[in-house]
Amino acid sequence: MSWLHIMIVMPFIFALLVPFLYKFFTPRIHTGWFVFIVPLVLFLSLLKYIPAIADGKTVHHSVPWMPSLGINYTTYMDGLGLIFGLLITGIGTLVVLYSIYYMSKHRESLHNFYVYLLLFMGAMLGVVFTDNVLVLYVFWEMTSISSFLLIAYWYQRKKSRYGAQKSMLITIFGGLAMLAGFIMLSMITETYSLREMFNQVDVITAHSLFLPAMLLILLGAFTKSAQFPFSIWLPDAMEAPTPISAYLHSATMVKAGIYLVARFTPIFGGNAEWFWTISSIGLITLLYGSINAVKQTDLKALLAYSTISQLGLIMCLLGLGSAALYFGYGDEATVYAAAILAAIFHLINHSTFKGSLFMVVGIIDHETGTRDIRKLGGLMGLMPISFTLTIIGSFAMAGLPPFNGFLSKEMFFTGVLNASQMNIFSMNTFGLLFPTIAWIASVFTFIYCMILLFKTFMGRYQPIKLEKAAHEAPLGMVISPIILASLVILIFFFPNVLSHYLLQPALIAILPIFAQSGGIDVKISAWHGWNTELFMTLGIVGLGTFMYIYLKKWSRVYGLFSQRWTLNAGYDFAIEKMERFSQGFTNRYMTGFIRDYVVYIFAVLIVMIGGSLWLFDGIAMDISNDAPISLYEGGVVVGMIIAAITVLLAKSRLTAIIAVGVLGYLVSMLFVIFRAPDLALTQLVVETVTVALFLLCFYHLPEFRKETVRMRFKLTNLIISIGVGVIVTIIALSANSTRLFEPISSYFENSYDLAGAKNIVNAILVDFRGIDTMLEIFVLCIASLGVYTLIKLRLAGRD
Amino acid sequence: MVELILMSSLFLLILSILLTLYRVIKGPSMPDRVQALDAIGINLLAGVAIFAVLLRTSAFLEIILLIGILSFVGTVAFARFIERGVVIERKPAD
Repeated sequence: MSWLHIMIVMPFIFALLVPFLYKFFTPRIHTGWFVFIVPLVLFLSLLKYIPAIADGKTVHHSVPWMPSLGINYTTYMDGLGLIFGLLITGIGTLVVLYSIYYMSKHRESLHNFYVYLLLFMGAMLGVVFTDNVLVLYVFWEMTSISSFLLIAYWYQRKKSRYGAQKSMLITIFGGLAMLAGFIMLSMITETYSLREMFNQVDVITAHSLFLPAMLLILLGAFTKSAQFPFSIWLPDAMEAPTPISAYLHSATMVKAGIYLVARFTPIFGGNAEWFWTISSIGLITLLYGSINAVKQTDLKALLAYSTISQLGLIMCLLGLGSAALYFGYGDEATVYAAAILAAIFHLINHSTFKGSLFMVVGIIDHETGTRDIRKLGGLMGLMPISFTLTIIGSFAMAGLPPFNGFLSKEMFFTGVLNASQMNIFSMNTFGLLFPTIAWIASVFTFIYCMILLFKTFMGRYQPIKLEKAAHEAPLGMVISPIILASLVILIFFFPNVLSHYLLQPALIAILPIFAQSGGIDVKISAWHGWNTELFMTLGIVGLGTFMYIYLKKWSRVYGLFSQRWTLNAGYDFAIEKMERFSQGFTNRYMTGFIRDYVVYIFAVLIVMIGGSLWLFDGIAMDISNDAPISLYEGGVVVGMIIAAITVLLAKSRLTAIIAVGVLGYLVSMLFVIFRAPDLALTQLVVETVTVALFLLCFYHLPEFRKETVRMRFKLTNLIISIGVGVIVTIIALSANSTRLFEPISSYFENSYDLAGAKNIVNAILVDFRGIDTMLEIFVLCIASLGVYTLIKLRLAGRD
Repeated sequence: MVELILMSSLFLLILSILLTLYRVIKGPSMPDRVQALDAIGINLLAGVAIFAVLLRTSAFLEIILLIGILSFVGTVAFARFIERGVVIERKPAD
């Protein structure tokens, strides 16, 4: 166990303690204060790793978990993992601090809340610090499950349960696909370790499972990161408490997919399929999210769609940057690597400003009682701190100076502009699409940022529509967003500190081609001169402002798209149809009639056995070993056939019983002919008893059924019964014809010497194979006890 | 000679079993069928006896006795059923 292991396990262990702390200290001390220590300690201890990681070192430790299966709990930390670790613990600390003031210690069940939160934190740390893909998958699913629990935290509400179920279905679906992809990868490379997979990139690329593994892993990443068309769960996950939305659904969990894509870039990157899938899906998501965000009236839904859009942006950049791996180390690679750098940079920036925006929205919700844009307005004078924070957050999101979003947006434009110049992957055909769509999406981003800011804080204050009189939040609640907002500004003014210590190691982790050459030196600066990117930003501001002013005029366009054709409607429709279909399907064949099930069983028997006999050439007919048939054997068999047909065609039950009796007696005759006196004896007695029992049952049949009619003729039954008879006959004849070895009965002929018995049959029953007899006696015991119980024990009305 | 006699009597017995089987099927009343079943039992009994002689073994002699008992019991059971509707009567409740 290394410190890295302990860090991952610590939240889990602490989660065990939370209920006790809650029980003993509520309501004196808010449980959140105890929980607050955990992410803080983790964050501070992660800070210690920064210098070593910046020097290009990596940390890895291994603890055996299932060594026989090659599954070891190996932790691994490089630049990429460190960034995510810092985000998880850092924002985790702030979110816990925020939740202490947000969640009431009197009304809420805080023990549940913090247990789920800590589970999530540990699972997320496990995802980013794990080297073993199967362990990664385990933590991945734990994030899904804890997110499910957190979304449905207010489980009394129907919408919470709906959102939780939806996110669960979608993310678990992707997680399972990802597991399949991981297994394919480990089949190719014969290892579960990520680092060892990186060494076998050539093997993986040449393998036929390359494409399926890639697509399946991407499916996992896209569902988790809410990429198009799997983005529908994220807006519904907004039913979670706001600290959770801020933490899971903006800063950490939705970036797990980003992490996965970045982590697997060294393996899959440099291929056209990877490049196109990720960058095009990312671009579509970017456009889809930003267009949808504009029409939202709920602040959290707006932020959810904006998160989707920004995640699409990051994903698109990761795809574009993967082209660097195609070229190998060189000038061209450096050009495209800038896209990766922009992706990581925007990842950090997004976490800071989106986290703070969610917290501000939570404050507004908390202090006014609503998140609806149509009810809010004119809060600027009443909530000055929140107003300032919103300015910082939304301007950063829109990509304006002097906030960090400006830098990453400029880098994003550089990335797409470089990509449009690319002459590989048939980019020269579609290349121009990238900057165009990115620019349009950025215009929409600008519009919804302005909506978020102005519709909430400007305009007329409408106290009648609000549940509470609006006022500024308590100090404790604004600490976390203030810290995040000051980071937003700090990163703008000192981006190169961040770049040197965090971005470059992460870049090397994603693009290992730069590792040998001592890394890549990228300077981020706010001012590039009058270049294309700056004009693009100016255009965005111009057009965005224009469109925002005339929002009322053109937003009616949204009404043109019917609600029936949205992705959500499609999801609901699919879920409903699937339930209906499976119900209908089950009702169709599960009729409740035993006769139908018997038909299935026998039909399967005929098809399977007959089919395999036919396929494997098992039908054999050999009469050389057969004994001659004597006249009386033939006569008895003819009698048996007649009796059997009588049973089938009998018009009354009594006739059938008598015919069964005849059949049984003739069978005993057959035993006599074949020299089996013991069998004949037993058969006679059993037959008589059975006939007597039939008579008993016959008496107890209900009155109205006594009008016995001829058995209903059914073609299916005829076919099935003849089929079974033919199959069994063929099997018997074939088995008799293919004698593979000598029978062992000569051994039992020594029964007098071995067991002191002259009767072989009885010697076998009680001596050679006595255990069978014992168990048969047991069967008879159970049967008689069962009959006795059924008759005597009548628990009517007590099921 | 003895062999031939035994074989032919066996053949006749089987013939008579088949003929009584016709009575089992045809009916027309239920007692007819029960009678026929009883006759089949007796025919079987005789058949087993001839077999025992044919095979020169005494292993089948218990079967002869058993068929005698069982066909009696079976016929009585059927008779009771046809006469009274039940095989085993319960004591009338006091």
